[in-house]
Amino acid sequence: MVKKKFIILLILFNSVFGNCYSENEPFSKLENDIAKNLRCLICQGQSIYDSNSEFALSMRVYIKDQINSGYSESQIYKILVKKYGQWIVYDPGYSKKTFLLWVIPILFFLLGGAIIYIRIYKKKKT
Amino acid sequence: MEAHLQFLVKKKITLSFLIIAFLVFCFLILNKALNKDKTYSPTFQNQKVTYLPDFNLPELFSSNEIQLSEIVKDRDFSLINIWASWCVPCREENDLLKNLSNISSLQNIGINYKDKKKNSINFLNNYGNPFKYNLVDYNGTQSINLGAYGVPETFLINKNRKILLKIIGPINNDHIRKIKEITNG
Amino acid sequence: MMLSNLGFFSLFLGLVSSFTVFFCSVFNIKKNSLKLENKIYKFLTFQFFFVVIGFFILLYSFFTSDFSNATVYNNSHSTKPLFYKITGLWGNHEGSLLLWLLVLTSFILFFFFNSKNEPKNFRLYTLIFHQIIIIGFFIFVLKTSNPFDTLFPIPTEGLGLNPILQDPALAIHPPVLYVGYVGTSIIFASALAAMVTGYVNSIWAKNLKKWVLISWTFLTGGILLGSIWAYYELGWGGFWFWDPVENISLMPWLSLTALLHCISTLEKRGILKSWSIILSIVTFMLSVTGTFLVRSGILNSVHTFANDPSRGIYILIFLFILIFMSFVIFLIFESKNLENKKQIFFLSKETSVLINNWFMIYFLSVVLIGTVYPIFLDVITSEKISIGPPFYNKLLIPFLVPFFLFMSVGPSMNWIKTNLKFEMSYIYYFLLTLIATGITVYYLSQKNLLTIILIFSLVFLIIKTLPNFLKNNTNHSQNLSHLGFAMLMLSILFNSVTSTEIIKNIKVGDSFISKNEKITFKKVIKEEERNYSSIIGIFEIKNNYDKIIKLNPEIRIYNQPVIATSEAAIKTTLFKDRFITINLIKDEQLFNVRYQNKPFMIWIWISTLIIIFGGTFAIFSKKKNYS
Repeated sequence: MVKKKFIILLILFNSVFGNCYSENEPFSKLENDIAKNLRCLICQGQSIYDSNSEFALSMRVYIKDQINSGYSESQIYKILVKKYGQWIVYDPGYSKKTFLLWVIPILFFLLGGAIIYIRIYKKKKT
Repeated sequence: MEAHLQFLVKKKITLSFLIIAFLVFCFLILNKALNKDKTYSPTFQNQKVTYLPDFNLPELFSSNEIQLSEIVKDRDFSLINIWASWCVPCREENDLLKNLSNISSLQNIGINYKDKKKNSINFLNNYGNPFKYNLVDYNGTQSINLGAYGVPETFLINKNRKILLKIIGPINNDHIRKIKEITNG
Repeated sequence: MMLSNLGFFSLFLGLVSSFTVFFCSVFNIKKNSLKLENKIYKFLTFQFFFVVIGFFILLYSFFTSDFSNATVYNNSHSTKPLFYKITGLWGNHEGSLLLWLLVLTSFILFFFFNSKNEPKNFRLYTLIFHQIIIIGFFIFVLKTSNPFDTLFPIPTEGLGLNPILQDPALAIHPPVLYVGYVGTSIIFASALAAMVTGYVNSIWAKNLKKWVLISWTFLTGGILLGSIWAYYELGWGGFWFWDPVENISLMPWLSLTALLHCISTLEKRGILKSWSIILSIVTFMLSVTGTFLVRSGILNSVHTFANDPSRGIYILIFLFILIFMSFVIFLIFESKNLENKKQIFFLSKETSVLINNWFMIYFLSVVLIGTVYPIFLDVITSEKISIGPPFYNKLLIPFLVPFFLFMSVGPSMNWIKTNLKFEMSYIYYFLLTLIATGITVYYLSQKNLLTIILIFSLVFLIIKTLPNFLKNNTNHSQNLSHLGFAMLMLSILFNSVTSTEIIKNIKVGDSFISKNEKITFKKVIKEEERNYSSIIGIFEIKNNYDKIIKLNPEIRIYNQPVIATSEAAIKTTLFKDRFITINLIKDEQLFNVRYQNKPFMIWIWISTLIIIFGGTFAIFSKKKNYS
């Protein structure tokens, strides 16, 4: 009885967990770093590194293949952005669309500095 | 002194006006964002990828390597369907695909996604084989190369591998109508 | 069924009491008597009492697994351990809002009984503004998220609680976090009241500081618990992912930290009045914005509540009403609280507070923009982008270096003016830092220039902070928190640059080498528990000295609902954590094993606890006047 239950559970496990890459080689640091910077399309809050979905597991193998065929980290990001859109990378990059994203915080910083400078050095009006 | 005060009041009013305008803007944006679909799907954008890359994949039964660009020459249109035996919607989709295999200008190409050979052959025996070619993507990398992200997913392409239609998830009757429109027209 | 109706009715009576308190306070202001009406005390207590009744009814329903209650049915199960039955109350949207109301009403009661020495009208206005918030949340609960919806026919079994929420750290995470959030509502109400009554002064600042400290300490604790949960439960050894939901708790923390420094300046020097008010308002607005973002489902995140848009639109409108209200009040009453613009000298504590606020606001703007930018971009251009760790790292890390350096000299400044005399100790500090940094960098074999500079500035901060404990005229709770913060940053830095990991697919009986350790996968054990069954991997780690460490990671299949989780096995030692997780691979005899070496993990938790101790001491310390 217990054994039967366990078999059912194993089937459940199988439907929950993925059919993984079959290579026995451990993943390199570069592969892990790239996986951390990619967002999973199936579990959309997680990175490829964190996710266990089929897509994420295939993506890891894909990353490995690309590295082995000589592509650099940034080239791999470019290839994937071309296929899946900017959404897939966690780095929004510099473009017209993300101009304000980078500039607004810097403006805040400059403005804050200016206000403090004025408060300290500007003589009171009489 | 009086003029200076008036200037300050004016400045304050302008500033308040700007802030209120900004707040209203934020409110409208957030309100609109509430009703937007939050999940991301690559079809909505990315119109740049219009051609499917060429690839080699082994055939399911014979394990012979088959090149996509070679087989798409046969017909005017090819329907590439990514499926797996463990995928429940793929079973329901199977009948619709068989239905499509009657169109003379169209050929169905199946890509078996991350599956065991035994299971996939069983699947085709049980539910029927709607595909002219059965290709195997054992580790799922070729599907990523195609820009797909799961099963089922379907591409309609022409002889030059130009993507005419991309369907994420199971095919429905609306899609069938669209496919028929394109292939007959 | 009866009980649930009673609970709803009790909440409704609570709302009635809230309105009564509100109107009583409004009428009481016009009366000339200096005494407060007894009615206010009475109905304030009633309001709290009715929420308590509602809370206990829901608690009882969870306790007895009464599935006629929809909230219990959706989030509990009869086989669940008792502890998680109870904490399941706030593991969902409806129940957590009830908890939120409980904290809100208890805090205002507490505030009211503890502010007897303050001016009558200030207390009344605080009450009025706080009642607006309470009423807003009451209506929100009753109208869109009633925790007492009933089901008929009564289901025999519940749907269960998501197993990743069945964790002790996460079980107490919401109450702690809510105390932090709700504390900011008192700060907000009190700030508006002080504006209206022209009471923005040193005495107000001194009284408010306690509330700022309470909120700040609890918020820190809440964030700590959330990170611990992420580390132990989410499975991959990370503790902070820059996920929008995490950012939401960080934003009020940043502005609260700014306010904590600013309010001392107001207390001691009577300056920065408007700025303190703005920070008080902004802090609470960020808390409500967080509530909006988490509960409306507007974010694409792992931990948002299941939700529907009607809730989103309600909080959005409520949020903007509060913002407009505060804005208008600020405009009208700012002139009532004009300060005597005293000169600020460059070398003074005032300047260091301003610099602290400058950086805090900058960090806040980075986190805020990073969180909401994708929403705005999506609406305006239909482009979807992701903003993750690379963005935050690029904008935050370079600014940390000057921040740490300012932080190390700031506390030794005096109010008004510091006369800087050259002392030999400066050279000692500098040399000591240089040597310590050199040893650390050599030992960790770091070559990255930014990392080296960060280590240098952090070591300098620690070396400058430590001697302050020996001086009598310094604020020891501040020293403690600053030291904790420096240690936290240093541990995070060490941890991130020295962590190693191996991900490998192996069979039972296989082993692999990581650095100088040999990890062997001994065997697999299967076990059945009441609400889950598990597969346990038995691993042995042998290092060069033949010392053996056993680690037993687990895969659990919960039965209600059926969800598989991976339970990490962690061996914590003083200098590093060994972290191992396993996953099954479909159709194969292989297990996917992740083995990680995570140095200084325990120090991340310890340092945060030190920060919290600092806050706690400050809450309980008798006020001393530091020079």
